[in-house]
Amino acid sequence: MTKESKVIELEEVAIRFSGDSGDGMQLTGTLFSDATALVGNDFSTFPDYPSEIRAPQGTVGGVSGFQVHFGKNKINTPGDKAHVLVAMNPAAIKANAKFLMPSATIIYDSDSFTEKNFQKAKFATNDPFTELGLIDFTKIGVPITSLTKEALIDSDMDNKAVLRSKNMLALGLVSWIFNRPLEIIEEALAAKFGKNPTVLQSNIDVLHAGYNYGMNMEHETPQYLVPSGEIEKGIYRNISGNQATAWGFIAAAEKAGIELFLGSYPITPATDILHTLSERKDLGVKTFQAEDEIAGICSAIGASYAGALGITTTSGPGLALKSEAIGLAVMAELPLVVVDVQRGGPSTGLPTKTEQSDLMQSLWGRSGESPVVVLAASSPSDCFHYAYMASKIAIERMTPVILLTDGFLGNGSEPWKIPSMADMPPITKRMAVSQETYKPYRRPDNTLAREWAIPGMEGFEHRIGGLEKDENGAVSHVPENHQLMCELRAEKVARCVDFVPNLETKGCTEGDVLIVGWGGTFGHLVSATRDLNLLGKKVGLAHFNYINPLPANTADVFSKYKKIVVCELNLGQFVSYLRYMLPQFKYLQYNKIQGMPFAVEDIKENVLKILED
Amino acid sequence: MSEFVYDAKDFKSSTEVRWCPGCGDHAILNAIQRAMASLGNKISDYAIISGIGCSSRFPYYMNTFGFHTIHGRASAIASGVKSANPKLHVWQITGDGDALAIGGNHFIHLVRRNIDINVILFNNKIYGLTKGQYSPTTDRGFKTKSSPFGTVEDPFVPGQLVLGARGTFFARAIDGNLKMSQEIFVEAAGHKGTSIVEVLQNCVIFNSGIHEEITKGDNREDKQIYLKHGEKMIFGVNKDKGIVFEQGKLKAVTIGADGYTLDDILVHDAKEQTTYLHSALIDMALPELPVAFGVIRAVEAPVYDQAMAEQIHQVQEKRKISCVDELLRSGNTWEV
Repeated sequence: MTKESKVIELEEVAIRFSGDSGDGMQLTGTLFSDATALVGNDFSTFPDYPSEIRAPQGTVGGVSGFQVHFGKNKINTPGDKAHVLVAMNPAAIKANAKFLMPSATIIYDSDSFTEKNFQKAKFATNDPFTELGLIDFTKIGVPITSLTKEALIDSDMDNKAVLRSKNMLALGLVSWIFNRPLEIIEEALAAKFGKNPTVLQSNIDVLHAGYNYGMNMEHETPQYLVPSGEIEKGIYRNISGNQATAWGFIAAAEKAGIELFLGSYPITPATDILHTLSERKDLGVKTFQAEDEIAGICSAIGASYAGALGITTTSGPGLALKSEAIGLAVMAELPLVVVDVQRGGPSTGLPTKTEQSDLMQSLWGRSGESPVVVLAASSPSDCFHYAYMASKIAIERMTPVILLTDGFLGNGSEPWKIPSMADMPPITKRMAVSQETYKPYRRPDNTLAREWAIPGMEGFEHRIGGLEKDENGAVSHVPENHQLMCELRAEKVARCVDFVPNLETKGCTEGDVLIVGWGGTFGHLVSATRDLNLLGKKVGLAHFNYINPLPANTADVFSKYKKIVVCELNLGQFVSYLRYMLPQFKYLQYNKIQGMPFAVEDIKENVLKILED
Repeated sequence: MSEFVYDAKDFKSSTEVRWCPGCGDHAILNAIQRAMASLGNKISDYAIISGIGCSSRFPYYMNTFGFHTIHGRASAIASGVKSANPKLHVWQITGDGDALAIGGNHFIHLVRRNIDINVILFNNKIYGLTKGQYSPTTDRGFKTKSSPFGTVEDPFVPGQLVLGARGTFFARAIDGNLKMSQEIFVEAAGHKGTSIVEVLQNCVIFNSGIHEEITKGDNREDKQIYLKHGEKMIFGVNKDKGIVFEQGKLKAVTIGADGYTLDDILVHDAKEQTTYLHSALIDMALPELPVAFGVIRAVEAPVYDQAMAEQIHQVQEKRKISCVDELLRSGNTWEV
């Protein structure tokens, strides 16, 4: 079969699947990613969906999208703009028009181009492409709905059930366009619908119908060739940030030889961590779906008091509710990890959208002098590492740790080279050993971390609590003791710098501009840095995973550049922190607060402007 | 059961007890220490969890593991302790403000889950530690510092809250009756599931005498009934009064008068699953009826912490994944 001029070779491609929130776009995107992994491409994904479960059909507000960016080389982001848009209705075209590359390909369900759907999407005319100015684009109308019906003509499913398979028609077609094998998709479908053979078969039939349609209509549909690249050898899997976070905790508990206990209340976009851990009864994980956010953290503190690794997972508004209890864990000096999968705020804000605006809340959002360790993961897969490290620090230093991820990391996914537990760093519990010398707040000179004596340990009976104590664990209102204890707690957290690796810059190790970022923006910032370096610009990137304490060499790194620009998805929280911690430097800032990740292009533009100034 | 022999003083910590002289808490502390000594459990297996308030200072006075936590959250923290380690004997000490106002949500959910925790709820119908505001159990119209013209709200009846939350154990005791309190605490400890013991407690500073109508006077036995499972509901100074069920209501009668005989008197059944008689017993109030003490309800039901452990056990018996290395390699993986 010849493809002639229709084969487009690209190093990387971004596809956006888009439709009604009930159209199954998230599943379609996930299955396509799985197939993509198998052909040896790196990838990054980003789901973008409304907070309503089933928003009004056909409206722009109800559009749910899933972007997959894949390619030959390392893929750092889900892509600013898509090369290919799969749109299940006119509203999906409208919602995504501004996220398309110039001259992108738009594959749309031509059956959905009806008067009613144009009205629902608030188009003034019957020509959405002209209306949106999408002129020089390759537009491929595919009768997705009728092809689906035709493929299932012999099935005894009702019309509604038949239409639910529309997404598989689109997936089959896109799989042909991008040369993805159907086998892996079929396996995944079998795992999902195995209990319902009728549904499974109909999905597979429609999938093949879509694939065959592409093949038969090759004169109309372009085919893309994305070669596989050089990837480090190993066993890989696709993993989302929330799944990686959950598994990082299980790994840490196993390494430390203690039970993992999650106390949590469902909240978008953190809930998948609760789901993932609830599935792991086989590994002895205890999950407690609490009556509220406060009970979530309090049950975790209780579990830590009893000798488990207590963790709680939430998003911004939930972190606010947990503040008082985090203060208790600071005072009681118990191991505890609090995960905040950040979303747009304040208040309910943008529940399904990403943001980095809980940094200040994490650092200082409690009563009293209440220091905690703050970490931030920077890619879906490294959530595993930082959940593990957060647990290690909490257990070894008897302190609460806040781990910041965000909606972009939590829901996004990428291939991950699976580590071996033998290679993970050891985690040593600070169990009390001598009844004779045990005192609740006795601390070794080096780490200042108290010992852990848990109920059931004979001879170690003692009382702790939220009231200020002296070293012996007795309630103390002595002024000098309070000052001493406040300073000791602060110093204990400061000494967690022992765990913090030195900051390593990407790009130029010295030069004109240092881009500074933290957490989930790494992919976009590193891509921008790479592009700027390719343009010959002397730009470096310092990306932070350890927020408190900061890496010991931070000032050294900062001093090697003429200008520093701190880029973050808020109005300037990390930059304010840096101005407070390292006031000797002058900081520029670049902020975006739209519930969306950075666009690589925007960062580049901004840095180029700084270079000119 | 009694492998460990203790005396009540073995449960006393060296910390000086700093409740006000004459406070009802002293007697409750004594009764709990005696009850624990009689139970024969290992001291180091006790974890006493409290929230905030006068009563919540309790853990400091016990020679066990203790955790004095934050306002209202003791139920949630105790839930975590017991779920993480079901072998521990977890007791929660709380007051009417801590458990029923700021901690009301956690309280009802603890009861609903039926986690095996013994909750001792000190009810003095007032806020003591913040110096005299009304509480969620303060009677309507009562004048306090924050209700100088009397409250305009009705109180919770703790026992009704327990029934409403599908509680499996509710008992009522009174601080001044050490022997009765001790007996009830022992029964609460033996119950599998959440045991709620409301102890009517006297705040000598801000609400002194609040329970006097029930506790004072030579005829106080006419005003109280100590219910025991399987025994007739008999009370009174001369043990000649009883409770009968008539026209859908409970009624106090004198045995031998008005045609009532011993056979008419109800037998207390704490193990009855339905709640309506338990509800009526909880509601009994002066002057028509005596106030009920003792274990009013003690029914069997699945226990959360055991069910949680059992579910894990069942899954693990059939598990395909037994360590993290296997987990990471499960499902869709590919080799490069």
